[in-house]
Amino acid sequence: MRARLVLLGPGLSYLAVLLLLPLALLIGYTVFRRGRFGGIAYEDGRTGENFARLADPLYTGVLTDSLRIAAVTTLLALLLGYPTAYAISRLPGRWRTVALILVVLPFWTNFLIRTYAWIVLLSSRGVVNSALTGIGVIDRPLKLLYTEPAVVLGLLYAYLPLMVLPLYSAIERVDPRLLEASADLGARPARTFWSVTLPHTLPGVLTGCVFVFVPSLGNFVVPELLGGGHTVMVGNLIRDQFLNARDWPFGSVLALALMAFLVLLLMAQAWAGRRLGGR
Amino acid sequence: MRRATLLPLWLTYTFLYTPVVVLVVMSFNRSDSPYEWSGFSTAWYGTLAGDDEVLRGLANTLIVAAGATALSTVLGTLLAVGLARHASRSRLLPALSVLPAVLPDIVLAIGLLAFYSLVSATLGLQSVLLAHTVFGLAFVTAVVRTRIAHVDPSLEEASRDLGAGEVTTFLRITLPTLAPGIVAGALLTFTLSLDEFVIAFFTAGPKDPTLPIVIYSMIRFGVTPEINALATLLLAVSFTVVIAAQRVSRLTEAL
Repeated sequence: MRARLVLLGPGLSYLAVLLLLPLALLIGYTVFRRGRFGGIAYEDGRTGENFARLADPLYTGVLTDSLRIAAVTTLLALLLGYPTAYAISRLPGRWRTVALILVVLPFWTNFLIRTYAWIVLLSSRGVVNSALTGIGVIDRPLKLLYTEPAVVLGLLYAYLPLMVLPLYSAIERVDPRLLEASADLGARPARTFWSVTLPHTLPGVLTGCVFVFVPSLGNFVVPELLGGGHTVMVGNLIRDQFLNARDWPFGSVLALALMAFLVLLLMAQAWAGRRLGGR
Repeated sequence: MRRATLLPLWLTYTFLYTPVVVLVVMSFNRSDSPYEWSGFSTAWYGTLAGDDEVLRGLANTLIVAAGATALSTVLGTLLAVGLARHASRSRLLPALSVLPAVLPDIVLAIGLLAFYSLVSATLGLQSVLLAHTVFGLAFVTAVVRTRIAHVDPSLEEASRDLGAGEVTTFLRITLPTLAPGIVAGALLTFTLSLDEFVIAFFTAGPKDPTLPIVIYSMIRFGVTPEINALATLLLAVSFTVVIAAQRVSRLTEAL
């Protein structure tokens, strides 16, 4: 009993105070009003108007933009990541580790630096525009930076490794005997891929998609630095409610909406994973 | 056929490494613009070495990362062992222990900001350190729990059968067998804490920015090639560390 207290006590107390209490606080804040100088006005309690504001077209617009940007990023990551993971799994054994390390290496570098690199590439006087005008493809620089595609590109760059890794381990685990059997029965490689490899790696596809979608959705740094304030995602909105508008109750509502959506997504993934795995 | 299979791999590498190469090249640019090339120079590395704000940010980051790593390693190791021994049937406690790792960082950040404001805590290095410990604790617990799953429990039983007390068994049997997991968890926490921006951004207060916060304001408010030099140095450090870690883990696997 005492050993139990010594082992579990410190860690669980820490999480209770610095994780559960803060989350409970956010839930609690949602029913209050913004104080006159920011913070919380406790005396004006019990209001549902913070939740009603979610239906304002201004905010539903930001929410659907965020979902669209995160979804497009995830789709592009899948389209680029699957063939990449497949190619790595076809490499001779000792090259696979090297190829995987090369995929994750940029991921271990500061996230802001990786995002900043795209400003250097995409800005109006940046490397891409200089190169294009230099070889005479265009006369005037293209507007590449501070656009929605720039935001998608930045998110894709940041999270692509999170797609490749689960895909690689899923492709790696496909039983080679199944592939041999398919070939023995006369299927061409493309047919084997569609009928054997792809269906067997769908759980990995799901995992990769969640790994990319979830951090993309809540990101506020990439939309700010590469979207230049024109592209606002839900993360920017939450940040602004807390630091600029100082409307903590509504900021909490937005944060909880984000979390509720992610919980639903994870539950859907677990359900789909069970169905795919169980057949 | 083989060529066609490898094509996406080259495409991905081009995508991943073009920005990296461009930053490195641009860091040796003589021009005042971070984008336009006007000749070779190492002047911006000199500027960087004399930039007090960057150096203070680096020091702050190292203090926070070291403190958060120490705290989360102790708490996380105890928690992992406790979960394995005393909560084997509970699914709630393990779920709680990984929650900080799956929670969107912005939610954790504003939750902690709200908490610090409620208890009127001064924002500074200590509040960032305590905040980073929340996710560090989750990673250490997760890594050590994986290690425990691969360790033979009869070792601890043997120790107790031979008359060793609870504490002796923990210090002489449990800790050494879990050491690789504990070290891995600590390194992971340290690395993640060095780079962490969102939580630090909300919990650091105005006086003690960590390096990522300094980088963020450099990008937003005054882009000079100095940041290219800083980026190149950080790239060099993290590439060296990842490759060295890979070598070490291959070495320990071989032993």
